Amino acid sequence: MDPSIFLILVQDGLTSGAIYALLALSLVLVFTVTRVIFIPQGEFVAFGALTMATLEAGEFPRTAIMLLGLGIAAAIAGYLAERRVITKRRLAWLIAETLLLPAVIFVLALWLAPRKPGLLPEMLLALAIVTPMGPYIHRIAFRPLAEASTLVLLIAAVGVHLTLTGFGLVFFGAEGSRTTSFASGSLALGPVMVTGQSLFVLGASIALAFMLYLVFELSLIGKALKGTAVNRLGARLVGIEPSLCGRIAFGVAAFIGALSGLLIGPITTVYYDSGFLIGLKGFVAAIVAGLVSYPAAAAAALAIGIMESLASFSASAFKEVIVFTAIIPVLLWRSLVHTRLGEE
Amino acid sequence: MPRRFAPVIGFLVALGVPLLPGVPPFWITLLDYIGLYAIVAIGLVVLTGIGGMTSFGQAMFVGFGAYTTAILTTRYGLSPWLALPVAIIVTAVAALIIGAVTLNLSGHYLPVGTIAWNISFYYVAGNLDFFRRYDGISGILPLSMFGVSFLDSARLYYLILVVVALAMIATENLLDSRIGRAIRALNAGAVAAEAFGVDIFRVRIFVFVYAAVLAAISGFLYAHMQRAVNPSPFNIEASIEYLLMAVVGGASHVPGALLGAGIVTLIKNELQDVLPKLFGLEGNSEIIVFGVILVLMLQVAPEGLWPLVSAPFRRALAKQRFSGTAKLVAQKSEMLSRREPPPRGDKLLEAIGLRKRFGGLVAVNDVDLDIRSGEIVALIGPNGAGKTTLFNIITGVDRPSAGHVRFNAHDITSMPARLVARLGLARSFQHARLIPGMSVIDNVAIGSHLRADAGPFRALLRLDRQEEGRLKREALAELERVGLAGEAERPALSLALGRQRIVEIARALSSDPVLLLLDEPAAGLRHQEKAALAALLRKLSEEGVAILLVEHDIDFVMGLCERVIVMNFGSKLAEGTPAAIARDPAVIEAYLGLGA
Amino acid sequence: MLELRDLAVAYGGVLAVRGVSLRVEAGSIATVIGANGAGKSTLLNAIMGILPSRGHIVFSASSLEGLPVEARVAAGLGLVPEKRELFSSMSVEDNLRLGAFLRRKEGRGAIAASLDEVFGLFPRLRERRRQLAGTLSGGERQMLAMGRALMGRPKLLMLDEPSLGLAPLIVRDIFEIIASMKRAHVAILLVEQNARAALQIADLGYVMENGTIVLEGSCEALRSDPRVVETYLGIAHA
Repeated sequence: MDPSIFLILVQDGLTSGAIYALLALSLVLVFTVTRVIFIPQGEFVAFGALTMATLEAGEFPRTAIMLLGLGIAAAIAGYLAERRVITKRRLAWLIAETLLLPAVIFVLALWLAPRKPGLLPEMLLALAIVTPMGPYIHRIAFRPLAEASTLVLLIAAVGVHLTLTGFGLVFFGAEGSRTTSFASGSLALGPVMVTGQSLFVLGASIALAFMLYLVFELSLIGKALKGTAVNRLGARLVGIEPSLCGRIAFGVAAFIGALSGLLIGPITTVYYDSGFLIGLKGFVAAIVAGLVSYPAAAAAALAIGIMESLASFSASAFKEVIVFTAIIPVLLWRSLVHTRLGEE
Repeated sequence: MPRRFAPVIGFLVALGVPLLPGVPPFWITLLDYIGLYAIVAIGLVVLTGIGGMTSFGQAMFVGFGAYTTAILTTRYGLSPWLALPVAIIVTAVAALIIGAVTLNLSGHYLPVGTIAWNISFYYVAGNLDFFRRYDGISGILPLSMFGVSFLDSARLYYLILVVVALAMIATENLLDSRIGRAIRALNAGAVAAEAFGVDIFRVRIFVFVYAAVLAAISGFLYAHMQRAVNPSPFNIEASIEYLLMAVVGGASHVPGALLGAGIVTLIKNELQDVLPKLFGLEGNSEIIVFGVILVLMLQVAPEGLWPLVSAPFRRALAKQRFSGTAKLVAQKSEMLSRREPPPRGDKLLEAIGLRKRFGGLVAVNDVDLDIRSGEIVALIGPNGAGKTTLFNIITGVDRPSAGHVRFNAHDITSMPARLVARLGLARSFQHARLIPGMSVIDNVAIGSHLRADAGPFRALLRLDRQEEGRLKREALAELERVGLAGEAERPALSLALGRQRIVEIARALSSDPVLLLLDEPAAGLRHQEKAALAALLRKLSEEGVAILLVEHDIDFVMGLCERVIVMNFGSKLAEGTPAAIARDPAVIEAYLGLGA
Repeated sequence: MLELRDLAVAYGGVLAVRGVSLRVEAGSIATVIGANGAGKSTLLNAIMGILPSRGHIVFSASSLEGLPVEARVAAGLGLVPEKRELFSSMSVEDNLRLGAFLRRKEGRGAIAASLDEVFGLFPRLRERRRQLAGTLSGGERQMLAMGRALMGRPKLLMLDEPSLGLAPLIVRDIFEIIASMKRAHVAILLVEQNARAALQIADLGYVMENGTIVLEGSCEALRSDPRVVETYLGIAHA
């Protein structure tokens, strides 16, 4: 392999690695706050990309119908959870969050979609359709399981994953889609041409990661999320509602998922079930980082992206084998370090 | 007690199913599949539900079993009945190697490790000619035995039924044994079990191999039932599905595996039939509804369905357990042998220049310590003085940064906890570390783990009852000694914290120690209970057991001990008789305060 | 301030608390003493809503029935649990700031003033404000747990075994601070197995055995009650 091919492969690897990194960050967030290993993360990626593709084609995205349905189910679940102690104010909030909001987005989509409003409005609309699904899914599926074991939460996540994949097939069919690139042109960096799309993906990932960092370190609500992650009962004793933190974490996860979908849409063809393997790699990166460290998760994700890109060139049939077996020694090393710390 | 026969009746009913008139053959085939899935899920109950190791790799082990018999029987013409042991051995060896590499992984690294192995297996099988790539191997012969061919699903049903029943019985036997207690300690009691000589890593490997072998047997049957294999049923999705069955049924209950496999298979099948008729939906739409049902089921029964189903029989089951213990204890068998304590006054434990650094903090700083046989010594000092760290170094939980420890004529510096335990050292923990989900008596019995030697095979075949009786009798005797015999069958964690500490003392005693290390044994006891504890410790000391205890209750310490060691900021501040310590001005300033 | 009527709590398959009625008056200290396992912690956890219970819990003239933990905190209840439940990987100051989570709309000034108050009460915490909570010693952890609860400005503070696992000197400090909080008009419900120390500072005492209240009265009376002396104070100290 000559150096220029190598550099192109690294560039590809960094681009997909950046996506894995974003997903890893949100998986770490969701896990630490709610203990849920969020398998359906990948579905948000697919929904984001495919909703965008539908909008580009000037059609009404049926994910908006699903948003409405999830909202209604979340309203019912929310009411059932709080029916004995609900106040008028909280009821009003619940209705606004779960019924009014999706209705507005639905009408907006109905009105905007056939008009082909252009790249940015379409992207915003796609994000608006997918992001609220996160909190709704938390209300419907995971809040009633707040006390369950990690294993049960994991299996519930599998259930959500299956349902969402099923809907993905119904909405978008088995055909894949690719969206138009939103950053054209390229940049000569020494011997390599760096595509604008790659730069955009990297830039957006770094910006988002930095934003998350700021939120967590500086804002009180960020600290509340962190506190919930560290000690759930402690958080409740100072008045932080774990279910509110869960909804926020799921919302961030859905947003990051959808945004990742928008970012990779122009690079690869996304199918209704593409999310699973993409999410799995983000998940692996998150675990390599011990499900607690954000910078380590990002680094691991970039490494996986590069490794995958190199492997796909030299032995494409064994790409996944190489990527996944290479993880084992890393895991071993992490685990040894981890246990030693755990004993102290 | 007719309920004792419930499993037998269940088996007989299951035997009769194919004989019922009008049962469509497709149903029998479905039942065959349920049986095959259940065998794998039983392994997961032990591995994941009880052992706490989440595996996303069981489908790979099913694949090992299936491919081994497929290759051996089609390519080399081997009889399936010879291929079976080979498949088991191949899988066991593979699991042993994979386990040795992967089971060092703690916490969430393990599931990812198994994901990685499973995905790799899928792509390797799909890309190598040796496995006939994605097309797979066909033309596998059906099983036959004594001239009877298991070609049709009804005959195969009986074979699968017997295997499922055997797997369930063997697994229940295994869990109710010396090894079973160690397995149940894997999830949340590893440190405590290790302190009583359980080799946690070996037990983890064993459980991993056990679950893999069950998976391989299922794979073997699958290959001869399908008469063809290809990589797709052994992919990661299938592994997730096995896990799902175990969890839906009740991941820590053996019958739950069968229940889960049945319910998941039936629901999926019904949805495939019903949905297209109901909504006219085509394609993959059944997984939408399946996912919803799965989530709802977990919300209704987060512990799985088996605890829900078996709830009406819970009292009967508890009674059965109780009489089971009584029967074991009543068996005629000799007592466990006792260790001869070293002559009174001999130097038993000697620590020289012990030091422990955590990062920049020196938790223990050049501490010397010696304890003679039969002596009671107290270690006191403010919080953070390094008492518990010193305990952890002596017992092998932590390694010292410098210094040496000799115990009972052996150098035990940096020796792992389970080997230190062998030499006759037992401990209790500051925060009681009883094993959740186990009764009081089982928790105590794990203390005498090293005084018996029945391994997994004797347990599987139930050849360990004599020894088990001895262990239970010893545990009961120790519980009597600490006054908790009446609580023997209660779940250990339902006791109050103070009493859990006392159970820990019984557990330590059942290991027949020569040195007992107790971390705050009197905390949370009221006055009379403290007096009883002091009397017990005095009696042990008369029997020749040496005792080192950390305690904040000064009255308790002063009345009981011959010698008191005071620690402050990691160093030894003073040492002497209780009376001398109580007068020592340095001790008063640092620890006791003016009022004491 | 707080009134329990006929409270029952099932925990671990047994009725750990039954038929308990007690009162805590505004600006006073009430204590529940008893051996470990008598149901004292269960009682506090039920009042806080961590465990479900039957019976009546009336706080500031309104029923707490069915309210989750967070809502009870918002109503003015505070609990310093037996295991402290700190945010161990966060700084001392962040722990305290989260203690005032529900007061976030009061503005920076009010929170800073509370922070100063807590630091005044526990000067050790000021020294260690940047240190991670997990690295504190046992006594400091107890101080931080109390400080965090005070940041929420509770009307009633419940303390679960504040002396557990602490050296005698520190126990004395902690009890002095509890007595001083009463002067700051916070009502206190103190659960202790260190009966001697608890009966010294409290106004009203309850003795709990096997999940029920077997004795109640002023602490002065209880200190000289022969049953209390024999069982909880030890004959040597009568």
